[in-house]
Amino acid sequence: MSSVNTGLSSKKSSTNEKLRKFLTYMRRNYLLYLFLVLPVAYFFIFKYVPMYGVTIAFKDYNMFLGIWKSPWNNFATFKEIFSMKEFFRAVKNTFFLNTLDLVAGFPAPIILAIILSELRNQTYKRISQTILYLPHFLSWIVIGSLTIQLFSAQSGLVNTLIEKLGFEPIPFLTEKTPWIITYTLSGVWQSAGWNAIIYLAAIAGINPELYEAATVDGAGRLRRIWHITLPCIKTTIIILLILNVGRIAQIGFDRPYAMGNYLVTDVSDVISTFVYRVGLRSGRFSTATAVGFFQSVVGMVFLITANYIAEKLGEQGIW
Amino acid sequence: MDSGIKSRIFDMILNVIVFFSVLVCLIPMLYVASVSLSSNSAILSRRVYIWPVELTFDSYRVVFADKTMIRSLLFTVVLTLVFTAMSMMMTILMAYPLSKKGLKGRNFFLLMVVITMYFSGGMIPDYILIKNLGLLNKVGALIFPGLISAFNMIVLKTFFSNLPESLEESALIDGANYLTILVRIVLPLSLPVLATLSLFYAVGRWNYFMDSLLYITDSKLYPIQLKLYQIVYNNMQPEISAIEGSIASNLLPESLKAASVMFCTIPILLVYPWLQKHFVQGIMIGSIKG
Repeated sequence: MSSVNTGLSSKKSSTNEKLRKFLTYMRRNYLLYLFLVLPVAYFFIFKYVPMYGVTIAFKDYNMFLGIWKSPWNNFATFKEIFSMKEFFRAVKNTFFLNTLDLVAGFPAPIILAIILSELRNQTYKRISQTILYLPHFLSWIVIGSLTIQLFSAQSGLVNTLIEKLGFEPIPFLTEKTPWIITYTLSGVWQSAGWNAIIYLAAIAGINPELYEAATVDGAGRLRRIWHITLPCIKTTIIILLILNVGRIAQIGFDRPYAMGNYLVTDVSDVISTFVYRVGLRSGRFSTATAVGFFQSVVGMVFLITANYIAEKLGEQGIW
Repeated sequence: MDSGIKSRIFDMILNVIVFFSVLVCLIPMLYVASVSLSSNSAILSRRVYIWPVELTFDSYRVVFADKTMIRSLLFTVVLTLVFTAMSMMMTILMAYPLSKKGLKGRNFFLLMVVITMYFSGGMIPDYILIKNLGLLNKVGALIFPGLISAFNMIVLKTFFSNLPESLEESALIDGANYLTILVRIVLPLSLPVLATLSLFYAVGRWNYFMDSLLYITDSKLYPIQLKLYQIVYNNMQPEISAIEGSIASNLLPESLKAASVMFCTIPILLVYPWLQKHFVQGIMIGSIKG
């Protein structure tokens, strides 16, 4: 009996204890929660409300009824987009252009970093790096403008030179295959220097004794690159590769929009530009949202898988 | 001896490759700069390479005489400054509490942020939100949606949590509150990372184009990127630009477009050496695992 009573009273007092502890905790820390109010409100309004807005992909969205009251349409929107040729074209182009970006754009910074790290003249190295990073700071609209100026068939510098050499001008921007090449190279141009930074850091972290030992053993510089530099940055390379593959279903808007034009829509129209055209130009909000939702889900699966693998390999993922 | 010669040849090849890469980076800029400074006849007869031919500043005179251009530039400068200041404030306000390991609910808040790195509503739900908030054609549409970058916030949170706890503890014992500690102790210790993140925000805002295309139709609120887009892309055909009349008839649109590109790029080039230094530090901070 008495033991039960004791138990009850101790429970009661422990509840009070908890409450008191909680109040003490809040008195000490309320400011921290106050700090969080605005940022949390931001995330709620600008990130989570649009996530709720995704429901219009499953509805016949009517602007006057709003998202909540628009009627459900039993996946009709998805049936619609899966019967659209343009949708599949956009999906295909997204994957295709991203794959090319990966194939051309992934090795470039590695090679660049190895070459830069082999330079003996430090001033030359520093100046080169400064210039090589520069394209990263230009907007895609500026890069798109530069591309038009350089590669246009009538007046571009490149075609001027090609014609001077006695060849036919190449329609870099207006025909499919040349356009794809131009698009891919623009990505390499913009990011190779910048992406080399991470590899340069990895190379800088290699123990110099390894190189000395190899030199004593008579290894030339190519051999040292092959047998020391590359194996030492292998982990970095693999992790970045996986993370890049994880982003293969995602594509920004600025670059394809700035680089594309109506003559090459067949190869340049990707999901983001497709969503823009269908949604905001033609006003088919539900359709465009469904396309965006499809991409988000596929992109998320890739991203989560990639991060999971990268973490398994002994590194943290993207955060 | 033999290996010395080999090594020297190797060095030379490397130097040539790097020199070539540097040229590839520079030539587009040099070419556009040259076009913007060359005379019409030189451009028409395709004599412009990477230096100006028959130097003239006419196209810059036109660009600077165009009030909408100057307004766009000033607007973008102010927009970038305001956006960066607000973003930094919000990012700090979120990163600081979340850097406290003992904060109750910390994991919940972190999860809330991390989810947004994987999934987002997308273009159309964003647009509907901005429309419903009445932000279309308002400066707010260019500021609020991007206020906190989850990535930047987590970088800053990681940095804060690596600061020595003893500094704050003694201040807490002395009766200082968290606001005082944040402003007097934590922020002064974090100046380099704060500078870097500010630059991330500022360059991102300066270069971002999509939101202005979506949300802004009032030409008074055109950021410089949208303005440039309209000049370069909407005037693909010379006839059209002649009709629009904003371009002096004796000027070839090419030089004018080039001058506009330079006009948008020079501000970035002016701050570039400074940017680059902080950004390289930033990418290192970012790659330290959180």
